[in-house]
Amino acid sequence: MADSPSQSIDVTYVADLARLRLSPEEISTFQKQLGDVLGYVSQLAEVDVSQISLLGEADLKNRLRVDEVGPSLTPTEALANAPKQDNNLFVVPRIIE
Amino acid sequence: MTSLTIPELREKLRSGALKSREIVDQLARRVEAVDPKLKAYNYVDADKSRAEADKADVAKPLGGVPIAIKDVINVKGDPCTCASKILQGYVAPYDATVITKLREAGAVLFGRTNMDEFAMGSSTENSSWGVTRNPWDLDRIPGGSSGGSAAAVGGHEAFAALGTDTGGSIRQPAALCSCVGLKPTYGRVSRYGLVAFASSLDQIGTFTKTTEEAALLLEIIAGFDPRDNTSVDRFVPKYTQSLHQGVKGLRLGVPKEYFVEGMDPEVEKAVRAAIDEYKRQGAEIVEVSLPHTKYAVAVYYIIATAECSANLARFDGVRYGKRAANPKDILDMYGRTRAEGFGAEVKRRIILGTYVLSSGYYDAYYNRAQKVRHMIAEDFRLAFGKCDALLTPTSPTAAFKIGERTQDPLQMYLADIFTIAVNLAGICGVSIPCGFTSSKLPIGLQIIGPKWGEETMLRVAHAYEQATPWHKEKPVI
Repeated sequence: MADSPSQSIDVTYVADLARLRLSPEEISTFQKQLGDVLGYVSQLAEVDVSQISLLGEADLKNRLRVDEVGPSLTPTEALANAPKQDNNLFVVPRIIE
Repeated sequence: MTSLTIPELREKLRSGALKSREIVDQLARRVEAVDPKLKAYNYVDADKSRAEADKADVAKPLGGVPIAIKDVINVKGDPCTCASKILQGYVAPYDATVITKLREAGAVLFGRTNMDEFAMGSSTENSSWGVTRNPWDLDRIPGGSSGGSAAAVGGHEAFAALGTDTGGSIRQPAALCSCVGLKPTYGRVSRYGLVAFASSLDQIGTFTKTTEEAALLLEIIAGFDPRDNTSVDRFVPKYTQSLHQGVKGLRLGVPKEYFVEGMDPEVEKAVRAAIDEYKRQGAEIVEVSLPHTKYAVAVYYIIATAECSANLARFDGVRYGKRAANPKDILDMYGRTRAEGFGAEVKRRIILGTYVLSSGYYDAYYNRAQKVRHMIAEDFRLAFGKCDALLTPTSPTAAFKIGERTQDPLQMYLADIFTIAVNLAGICGVSIPCGFTSSKLPIGLQIIGPKWGEETMLRVAHAYEQATPWHKEKPVI
């Protein structure tokens, strides 16, 4: 784990993680702009957080409910916005040869 | 006629002096006249609104009153584009809970308002459908991300509108367009049917001309919803009934960290004058400190981008909207669909959010930001031990010029410096008109309340509004 934040970001690598195909122009623009933003947010390193719990005040309770079937979208409605569908299923490019 | 308030419309509707259809007609005419200049709307179907108007029950709280909706909230059978190409062609298959509640109250839905793509921005310049302009100066931005709702209400081409506020996206544009912009406490209003940006911060709220209308709309849209587990099962007060109690005896806090260098002196002067007005009305003014204020923007841009990178993963070309043509394989489809569908700011935030959550950086960024977020919330908790509400500027400057900050995202992010902490703490805030600059640009006063403090907060807002003329001014478009 890195203890202190880095101010460089490998935009090509992160864009791939995020499933975003960027143009070379976008990569170089974002590299600079996000470098500035990371420089700005790195000021958080000066805050002493050693006494602070990650979860804060845990004043929340679970909300449980009975697992009952209620009104919902029909398959036709749920699929209506899909770019490609067939036989009540979403269709995507072949994944396994 | 489009300058009437909801109570005025309601009176005319109930007495029979006006029909809801006539109101829709007038509104549609106003939109035709001014929206080519403002571009506040992405979509208007006046005939559909007329049909709703003909069926409206004027005895209901909003019976026959048209309300505009930000283009990020699902309205069954209508587009919901989030101002993004990736949702082009999407038709909402269901109503958001706030829409159901507006319908139950008799409202007529009128138009979807423009916004920054997926509510990411502070100027509405990040819309895929064109830039919204400020009704007070067409060369300037209306604020954002709910800039369409603000420009529509401020430009009198909507009586009231719903918006969303993740870091100031209701309050900042309301300030810049001279409207009342209300962000309720996190959990007060159901978000079922709202397209998510940053789920620990997003909240639906209102744009109106007056605080009374904000109170009325909040009464209608607030409340627990079993379909949104972040909504809270808590009594909804009659906000309209406690509005008129004045501020005598209330303690109003002025956080010293909100009067900083770099702030427009005209904004500071107007806000100081508002504080004096409260003093004159018998409120006790106390200085308070929110020592972690300066970290709020940094915390926000870690947490909000982290959450958006997860929330926007669903836009992958499979279930809704756009898919890139002729994909080679599934990774090619994801990568190109998202590259073609998202605009620059959304891509930037997804990348930043993915980065701060990535292995090796998670602790240094995300976990640290969460901890500082708790410290910011604690600052407010301590401050509200000393006062009933806080008074601050909403925005450090009046509306800036279109294009002025688009090349420098960091400068754009700093536009929200006074609004962001409220979202991080999950508390409530409202912006009300408090004057104009010498070049006639609106200035907003932000009143911040503790969790569930909307009643007192709106009462404070109302007291100032009743003593000042700003909310009655109308722009010449």
